[in-house]
Amino acid sequence: MKYFLQLVLAGLTKGSIYALIALGYTMVYGIIKLINFAHGEIYMIGAFTALIIGGALQITTGLPPLTILAISMAAAIFFSSGYGVTMEKIAYKPLRNAPRLTALISAIGMSLILQNYVLLAQTSDFLPFRSMIPNFPFLTPGKSLVTTTQLVILITTVVVMVLLTLLIKFTRIGKAMRATSQDKTMAQLVGIDINKVITFTFAVGSGTAAIGGVLIANHTGQINFYIGFLAGIKAFVAAVLGGIGSIPGAVLGSLVLGMTESFGAGYISSAYEDVFAFIILILILFFKPSGLLGRNEIEKV
Amino acid sequence: MKKIFTVLVLLLAAATLFANGGGESDVIKIAVVGPHTGDLASYGIPTVKAAELVVADWNAKGGVLGRQIELVIEDDVCKPEVAANSAAKVVGEGVVAVIGHICSGATKSAMGIYNEANIPAISPSATNPPLTQSGDYPNFFRTIASDDAQAATDAEFVAKTLGLKKVAVLHDKQDYGKGFADFTVEALKGLGVETVLYEGITAGAVDYSAVLTKIANSDAEGIVFGGYHPEASKLVQQMSQMGLDIPFVSDDGVKDNTFIQVAGEYAEGVYASGPMDTSANPMSQKATADHKAKYGEDPGAFFINAYAATIALLNAIEKADSTDGLEIMKALRSNYVDTPLGSISFDEKGDAIGVGFAVYQVQNGAYVEL
Repeated sequence: MKYFLQLVLAGLTKGSIYALIALGYTMVYGIIKLINFAHGEIYMIGAFTALIIGGALQITTGLPPLTILAISMAAAIFFSSGYGVTMEKIAYKPLRNAPRLTALISAIGMSLILQNYVLLAQTSDFLPFRSMIPNFPFLTPGKSLVTTTQLVILITTVVVMVLLTLLIKFTRIGKAMRATSQDKTMAQLVGIDINKVITFTFAVGSGTAAIGGVLIANHTGQINFYIGFLAGIKAFVAAVLGGIGSIPGAVLGSLVLGMTESFGAGYISSAYEDVFAFIILILILFFKPSGLLGRNEIEKV
Repeated sequence: MKKIFTVLVLLLAAATLFANGGGESDVIKIAVVGPHTGDLASYGIPTVKAAELVVADWNAKGGVLGRQIELVIEDDVCKPEVAANSAAKVVGEGVVAVIGHICSGATKSAMGIYNEANIPAISPSATNPPLTQSGDYPNFFRTIASDDAQAATDAEFVAKTLGLKKVAVLHDKQDYGKGFADFTVEALKGLGVETVLYEGITAGAVDYSAVLTKIANSDAEGIVFGGYHPEASKLVQQMSQMGLDIPFVSDDGVKDNTFIQVAGEYAEGVYASGPMDTSANPMSQKATADHKAKYGEDPGAFFINAYAATIALLNAIEKADSTDGLEIMKALRSNYVDTPLGSISFDEKGDAIGVGFAVYQVQNGAYVEL
């Protein structure tokens, strides 16, 4: 029973790691129907920003760890949002009326550019990322079922998901986002500045990626220019599994994916972890092509 | 017309034979074959430089058996199909022995040709186990430990030094890591250590808690990991966070300072095997210094192994007092010779005795040989 619980928690952690990245993926897709393959790179840039700012603060000032975490998190969100918005202006906006495949290729190009930019401007080596999250006294390592970082990741995922849902459901900009998502031309006709809405979407999506980047780097203890790739792919799978475009769907999909991998590894073999993940994806898409919480899109002929 | 052509060919062949015969008595020819152009040139060129340095030293002292040594350098670009041609070509030039080849695949395709001509070949770098273990190539020798020697070193360490009875073996599902893990499981079985878990992990994944939980719930007393340092540092960090306090033993891919840098405090106490350290050996220091003096830079890959191979070969020719291939092979097997790798000889199969791996442990932020 304890083993089962441990696996559930391992799955939850993995799931919420995927969810933190999947949230931004699904949000951008929800508004402009673009699979932003460079999202994983934004996540990586967030982690790098936090490493640089946090490292500098740790050396030069004697601030308490939580303050450093807060400042570097803020800096990471700021920088990543900046990259996200700029990326949209350069690579996606000129293609807004082009076929969707064109924008997709542009996204892949953007992903390669950002990866190689960090590779050249920073380093190809793995860099140590010292945990900025101090251990909570009520969680003893080894005795408790969860570690501090795991708990922080779990809570953050839930908070970010709730905030995003509230933002989209109940605010003015949220309403504008939903309108843009439904029909861009009509939204413009009723006076919505869709450029502003899309910019805002990219800023928020990239911000959540940065939060993910910082927390996950705290968990894994290392970063390099390539971490965004695998994480991005898994988050993408999770978003599709849950129904791409749906915020709670991204979280649900991530948790299903995390749990499957965890139980697959725990009860069968970790060598086949990815196999189980993709079998689940195929099974779910087989019976529910739009994903767990995705809305069915009826093609009008 | 046809007759005249045949006569001409015969005449030409005879002329070539005489030309060869005339050259042989003056110098002793040794071939150096490996990749000298292309992607893998950086693996082959240091061997040429090592052979040139050693031969220059010996020639200055009067050569071997009173004859000067001449190197015949051939490029095989590490490709098996090219290597067979290179081998035929150097055999045709009348070499008495070969330093090379560099890549295991190329070596394999050339060895048959040398074997028929009874020419010994010493590779500084081909680590593929069957080259020596299959017994197909009695004329093959190497001055580097084979791939499974590392696993054997680690297995012996786990069984004898750490005294473990049950271990979990992990690998990163890639060629090097999985190969190491497979050899280790095999070697552990021979030493009476049970592998209670054998699992592959995904390189680059964000979290390994599921597989570590599985290990914690098995009765494994230690973990052997085949792979590289990025995964190893994640594993040791997450082990420590879970309170899983058992020995972690790994391979040359982890015996890298980046591992200590990235894993920081979590690296303490980790065991990893790597080639024995030769930097304290005076001959190795001299070889490196000579290289720096001549080329103005630090030597490249397998330089020391190639340097040792050339010394071992020249020494064997002198001991055998003959340029006959079979005599040289016998001398290689029966004499110890001082090289930058230490005092080495070769066993029946052709693996160097005295060349191998050692286990290191991270102590106070540095790898210390145990």
